[in-house]
Amino acid sequence: MQKVFPFFLEAAWITVLLSVLTTILGLILGIIGASARLSRFALLRFLGAAYVSVFRGTPALIQLFILYFGGPQIGIQLDAFEAGVIGLGINAGAYMTETMRGAIIAIDKGQIEAARTVGMSRGLTMRYVVLPQAMRLMIRPLGVNINAMIKATALVAAISVVELTYTAQRFIGSTYKPFEMFLIAGLLYMIIIYITGQAVAWLDRKARIT
Amino acid sequence: MTDQKPFVDIRHAKKSYGTLEVLKDINLQVQKGQIVAIIGPSGSGKSTLLRAINDLDPLTGGEVWLEDKQINKKLPHRQYEAHINQVRQEIGMVFQHFNLFPHLRVRENVTLAPKMLKGITDAEADKLAEEQLDKVGMLERIDHYPSQLSGGQKQRVAIARALAMNPKVMLFDEATSALDPELVEEVNLVMKKLAEEHMTMIIVTHEMSFAESVCDRVLFMDQGVVVEEGPPEVIFRNPTSDRTKEFLRKHLAGQHP
Repeated sequence: MQKVFPFFLEAAWITVLLSVLTTILGLILGIIGASARLSRFALLRFLGAAYVSVFRGTPALIQLFILYFGGPQIGIQLDAFEAGVIGLGINAGAYMTETMRGAIIAIDKGQIEAARTVGMSRGLTMRYVVLPQAMRLMIRPLGVNINAMIKATALVAAISVVELTYTAQRFIGSTYKPFEMFLIAGLLYMIIIYITGQAVAWLDRKARIT
Repeated sequence: MTDQKPFVDIRHAKKSYGTLEVLKDINLQVQKGQIVAIIGPSGSGKSTLLRAINDLDPLTGGEVWLEDKQINKKLPHRQYEAHINQVRQEIGMVFQHFNLFPHLRVRENVTLAPKMLKGITDAEADKLAEEQLDKVGMLERIDHYPSQLSGGQKQRVAIARALAMNPKVMLFDEATSALDPELVEEVNLVMKKLAEEHMTMIIVTHEMSFAESVCDRVLFMDQGVVVEEGPPEVIFRNPTSDRTKEFLRKHLAGQHP
């Protein structure tokens, strides 16, 4: 039994790495997606909406399979880890787009009016009045997105990324102890998610307006 | 007075939402230093008219002028934005629900726009904030957040924020309607002070006694038209229109026994 622990720790590290990179990619795509969805230009709004419906409307596993197994057919060659990060990142970005957009449109219209009536442009209003308030509002719901995404990293076991779920499955073959193996993986996931949750709660407290 | 060119000039203002006409050909001329109150039942179009002056609620027809500038010019998007951001700096507005920026301290609420738009230094901004807040009696709360203030205090800060841009005219959209009765007076006092300094003001209000004591002219609006207008002593004491009488009777019941 003890022999498997180093492998699990290494696998946990891969899961953390996947989660961090996916979060970064998701946040970037979320910012782009939310900007598009809130744009003055109908074409950008349409593209933003299409992105969200496609990637929230299909299983993340199918998206990963298309990218990893179908990619080479159309000239996209990625190793499993890269495909995992990009696939999950694009998926998370669709959820984060909606989270960010939701926080921005939740800001009271009176705030925008107050800024516009003193002569501030749309851009200044967004930057100094809307976004500082919206960013505080989006911390918790983005935390929920990240939580869901960390759990979704288990899917990349299916394209043979050696992360926690894949490692648990691998050792069932040699140990014949599926109960223990999946329990260890589950516990490690829980630790990662707990720490992330605490970090999000800390950020949320820090950002609160006195 | 009458032969003078108007300072704020609203000509044939029309506004409709689909088939619903909320403003039906309204004309209003305000001279420099004049204080005009707009009264009327809810849904009469008085707030819409006020919000048309700085193009917050653009008119569907008619023109709004401030001195020699047309405010609601039809321009391509970019040019319109540059134009409107410029004219809005000259028109202060105070809202029913204050709309202070909750993430900024009182000081920054006042200095945000001057800093962004007039490029003043931090030292100048501090001085400006102190001056304006002193004027509305809120200097002591300069480093507080809006959530730490009462409604009356918030509204006084909102007035200071508008004044910090050194506007030529101030618009008040039911500035005391959201306040507890005991907090109305402190805001009224600040507005009276502005009146004494001959600030040009257009005030949408439900406070008849305040309108009577401060304003030079009163407009009574109902269903998108100006039913009657004149000096406060005429409108409040001796109105000619039955609709005005009816409105005042209902409104003053309980206020003036």
